[in-house]
Amino acid sequence: MTAVLEIEHLTKEFQRGDVATVALRDFSLTIEQGTFVTVLGRSGCGKSTMLNLLSGLSKPTNGRVLHRGSPHTGPTPGIGYLTQSDTLMPWRTVQRNVEMPMEIAGRPKPERQAAAAELIATVGLADFADSYPRELSGGMRRRASLARMLANGAETILMDEPFGALDAQLRSELQRELLRLWTATGHTIVFVTHDVEEALLLGDRVVVLGPLGAILLDQEIDLPRPRDPDETKIHPRFVELHATLVRALKEGARR
Amino acid sequence: MSGQAETRAAPVQVSASGPVKEARRRSWWGKHGRTTTVWSLRVAALLAFLVLWQLAGNVVANPMFVSSPVAVWEQLWAWVTDGTLSTHTWITIQEVALGYVIGVLTGALAGFALASVRLIYDVFEPFMMALYSIPKVALAPLFIVWFGIGIDMKVILAAVSVFFLVFLNTAAGVRDVDRGLIDAVRLMGGSTRDIALKVVLPASMSGLMTGLKVSIPYALIGAVIGELVASNRGLGYLINDAAAQFNTAGVFAAVVVLTALAMVLNAVVGAIASRANRWKPLDA
Ligand SMILES: Nc1ncnc2c1ncn2[C@@H]1O[C@H](COP(=O)(O)OP(=O)(O)OP(=O)(O)O)[C@@H](O)[C@H]1O
Ligand SMILES: [Mg+2]
Repeated sequence: MTAVLEIEHLTKEFQRGDVATVALRDFSLTIEQGTFVTVLGRSGCGKSTMLNLLSGLSKPTNGRVLHRGSPHTGPTPGIGYLTQSDTLMPWRTVQRNVEMPMEIAGRPKPERQAAAAELIATVGLADFADSYPRELSGGMRRRASLARMLANGAETILMDEPFGALDAQLRSELQRELLRLWTATGHTIVFVTHDVEEALLLGDRVVVLGPLGAILLDQEIDLPRPRDPDETKIHPRFVELHATLVRALKEGARR
Repeated sequence: MSGQAETRAAPVQVSASGPVKEARRRSWWGKHGRTTTVWSLRVAALLAFLVLWQLAGNVVANPMFVSSPVAVWEQLWAWVTDGTLSTHTWITIQEVALGYVIGVLTGALAGFALASVRLIYDVFEPFMMALYSIPKVALAPLFIVWFGIGIDMKVILAAVSVFFLVFLNTAAGVRDVDRGLIDAVRLMGGSTRDIALKVVLPASMSGLMTGLKVSIPYALIGAVIGELVASNRGLGYLINDAAAQFNTAGVFAAVVVLTALAMVLNAVVGAIASRANRWKPLDA
């Protein structure tokens, strides 16, 4: 398999006055083409920082990030990134927000309107296509952002706690939709979450991060696919992996 | 690429949850009740003021100083019939409108351009603040030397006053743009031009609108001060002339016309602003 994204001996610091906050130290990670990698870690361990670097939005202090073998120079439409905070344009309706990436890519208007309408229906917001982001609930905005990111058509997708604000029912529907999309397209997905079960249900591989981005565990998830949430959760291997991950997270806290 | 193609193939509809949109017909009073109340109260307040004013004329020692609504009305009517009012008002309207439009266009352009480049803004900001702090009235004599006492000088005085307010508000709007929104466009592969047109421009609109609103009185001040200082035409001149003849009713009549002018400008700008701010939540 070929590596899509590689992080090599990366250090990321945020300097403010004479104090630097070190978010990641000597961090290395390789993401293979077509895999679904979930990243688990406690709050503040550097997950979002890692995604910012992978997307090309921020530059490493030391070390480098490679995208398909060449160093990152900045964000590219080939990498879609659903950031942790909402970045919908408040002056655009949901419909026009979702059209935006296609607008920038220069696709003709009727085509992008149809494509956007479909993506909006996929995330269950068809009735709210004409609403402005401020008129939506937090979870609805999240889904609109998801639709917008998918409109990019990127082959590599980074997601930062995309389903955190959703109810269990909706979350499992969107998880299923995401898995369907991934199976159909063979995209590469890096998915950050707090939720151990979500990490296990979705990923091929789970990476557990500790303080400063120390990799506490890099575990292949050898559960059979397709994974039905209800059945998989009682699979003996699932229970075993769940225990391993929780132990790794606890260890990270003790360090 | 293929993301949305597959989505189209077999869309799994996410079950609808959350609010539904329903038609709710409101009664006439439901739609207009509050507006009606507010307007009735406004009219009542105005009438009360006029009555008090009229009565004040009977109480104070020298009624000439306070004049009265009736006297003002008579003066206005006299000016309307002999054409004085339309000539002078038209001059002032031209000065105010031209000055306002020139000030707004240059201010908005300069604000957008300067604030978009951080370094340039940091360099020029103190100079702009210094120039902004100059009382524009103090420039009037200089402008007379430069541009004569014609209409140009008033237009420029009005434009200069408007320029700084629009400039500063637009620049503040541009500089307040959420980084996250700019990053979002960069992630979509947008160019600097896309960022400027699709994020910075719409985001700075509310700053620009504030600038448009707060600078209306300054356009009027600029034009009228110019007329007061040196002119034989315009509402400012009319005020000066009436005051010189101890005609207080004339002064008030000219002020009433100026007020009407300001209100028309306010209404026009208000209409533009409410279109530009449609995305703002209704109550908040
Ligand atoms: N722009 C910044 N300036 C200064 N420090 C920062 C900045 N961004 C992140 N940090 C610091 O880097 C560390 C890691 O932050 P990061 O956002 O990556 O955490 P996270 O793992 O995503 O946490 P969470 O799960 O809560 O989102 C934190 O200690 C944070 O204070
Ligand atoms: Mg985070």
